Amino acid sequence: MTYSARPADPALTDESLGMSYLNRLPRRIVTIYLPLAVFVFVLLFPFYWMTITALKPNAELTNFRDYSPFWPSSPTLQHIRYLLFETSYPSWLLNTMIVAIGSTVLSLAAAVFAAYAIERVRFPGSRWTGLAIFLAYLVPPSILFIPLAVMIFKFGIYDTKLALIFTYPTFLIPFCTWLLMGYFRSIPYELEECALVDGASRWQILLRIMLPLSVPGLISAGIFAFTLSWNEFIYALTFIQSSENKTVPVGVLTELVRGDVYEWGALMAGALLGSLPVVLLYSFFVDYYVSSMTGAVKE
Amino acid sequence: MAGAALTHRETPTVAVREPFLQRRGFVGFLFMLPAAAFLLIFLTYPLGLGVWLGFTDTRVGRAGVFIGLENYQLLWEDSLFWLSVFNTILYTVAASILKFVLGLWLALLLNEHLPFKAIIRAVVLLPWVVPTVLSAIAFWWIYDTQFSIISWSLMKLGLIQSPINFLGDTTNARITVILTNVWRGIPFVAITLLAGLQTISPSLHEAATLDGATSWQRFRFITLPMLSPLIAVVMTFSVLFTFTDFQLIYVLTRGGPLNATHLMATLSFQRAIPGGQLGEGAAIAVAMVPFLLGAILFSYFGLQRRRWQQGGGD
Repeated sequence: MTYSARPADPALTDESLGMSYLNRLPRRIVTIYLPLAVFVFVLLFPFYWMTITALKPNAELTNFRDYSPFWPSSPTLQHIRYLLFETSYPSWLLNTMIVAIGSTVLSLAAAVFAAYAIERVRFPGSRWTGLAIFLAYLVPPSILFIPLAVMIFKFGIYDTKLALIFTYPTFLIPFCTWLLMGYFRSIPYELEECALVDGASRWQILLRIMLPLSVPGLISAGIFAFTLSWNEFIYALTFIQSSENKTVPVGVLTELVRGDVYEWGALMAGALLGSLPVVLLYSFFVDYYVSSMTGAVKE
Repeated sequence: MAGAALTHRETPTVAVREPFLQRRGFVGFLFMLPAAAFLLIFLTYPLGLGVWLGFTDTRVGRAGVFIGLENYQLLWEDSLFWLSVFNTILYTVAASILKFVLGLWLALLLNEHLPFKAIIRAVVLLPWVVPTVLSAIAFWWIYDTQFSIISWSLMKLGLIQSPINFLGDTTNARITVILTNVWRGIPFVAITLLAGLQTISPSLHEAATLDGATSWQRFRFITLPMLSPLIAVVMTFSVLFTFTDFQLIYVLTRGGPLNATHLMATLSFQRAIPGGQLGEGAAIAVAMVPFLLGAILFSYFGLQRRRWQQGGGD
């Protein structure tokens, strides 16, 4: 299931060529390449705009008459320097990193056991547990944040990174469990039976057989969970008050906008730098991303 | 999933695994414990707590008392609440339809034989990968009243006379936030539907072409029916996440102008956190639940149909 997103299946790709003789080139340009070009342009333009705005000096930002708006005439790193040395941006990056890694590790650990229990130990009621996990994934943060805020206040972890590390798994554990269940299902049952016959315990089977075999699934779940927690906003906005504990999305939005004077250059530089880690991670693991996204939906 | 479970439970090795079958419940319990405990504390309990808060007059820093349905009574008479319900439904319906149509179109385009297909597919997913808040900030600048690049380009082309007031006018603001949501949602719909398209055997299309079917007929009678189970699931997810959207509105308009873009989620946040009325905010959040249940039931029946089509039991 996990790899269905890849175009790998050679038989399919070869045969789909079979009918393309029906489309002649001029027709293909109008029906396929032109719409596709428009799609790609619209989907990517905001990132291009974000990047060049971050590189333009302040004089060029709002002066479209003397400078071409589509290209920085004299690119500068002043906004990035301002961001890194005169704001708390580096500590927001660090916070986001700590929170994302912490909650990912926590969720992944819990999810591996849960997925293995539901999918392979098959305890009584495991089917219902699987369904409950799926339903838990559908509970949106926008209806949970108020009661969670009350709880976090009572626990005394308001305005700390712990508040985020403990609340992000509410959407990460269901997601990772669901994904890993799909992955465990693709591992042949016979391997496990052999080990059971040889007298291995469930713990040994999970550790020595299932985990090494499901490394791709773990990577999928891990990078996906990392991205989800990097992008999270409403919990971070609600549970964090002080500037030095904020995450990147919250920090950029609440601290870089002062009154009516928008420092667009710094804002765009903040958005750009904040997107870079997930974009880099994404570019290294595109296939894992696509497979976890489609896998989660298709199960 | 369930089909596999049934076959394995009847494997002939039962006699060998007897001791494990006896311990099965205990082992399962032990392995489920971390996840279950966590979700019970941080997911199930808050859900219940949210419902309870909806019946109290809790404020920030002050525990509330039970006041029955008073919050809901207030909301019932609150025109802003009903405006937010209307906005949320409009936002969800309009954005979901556009996301579906454009996403399906993009998926069909990406399913063609293209040069640089892998790169195009990777690049198309970017709007979905980048943190929503950060791309929304970029859009904020693109929609600036004075220095919007869209207005500037259209004025240069001579299509409009004065800059478009993207976020200042009620109708414009609604259209703008919907289109921005669509921008962010297209990649998800397109890439998941593309995965579904790739499982449709090309020989079906070839057979239909030999029988003289037009490309529209092939789409209508082969592609769409084969894809419909996946469409049901993808659209349920899309509707769910659009309905509960918060980030985009919070960055672009904060519900303004004249509350024209206030969604239930943003209204709930505004009443509860800056406003301090936790009870009322919780009541608004609870009022979202019936809609969400509707979406989940829709998804459930979509999944059922898919299982039946695959020839599985249950």
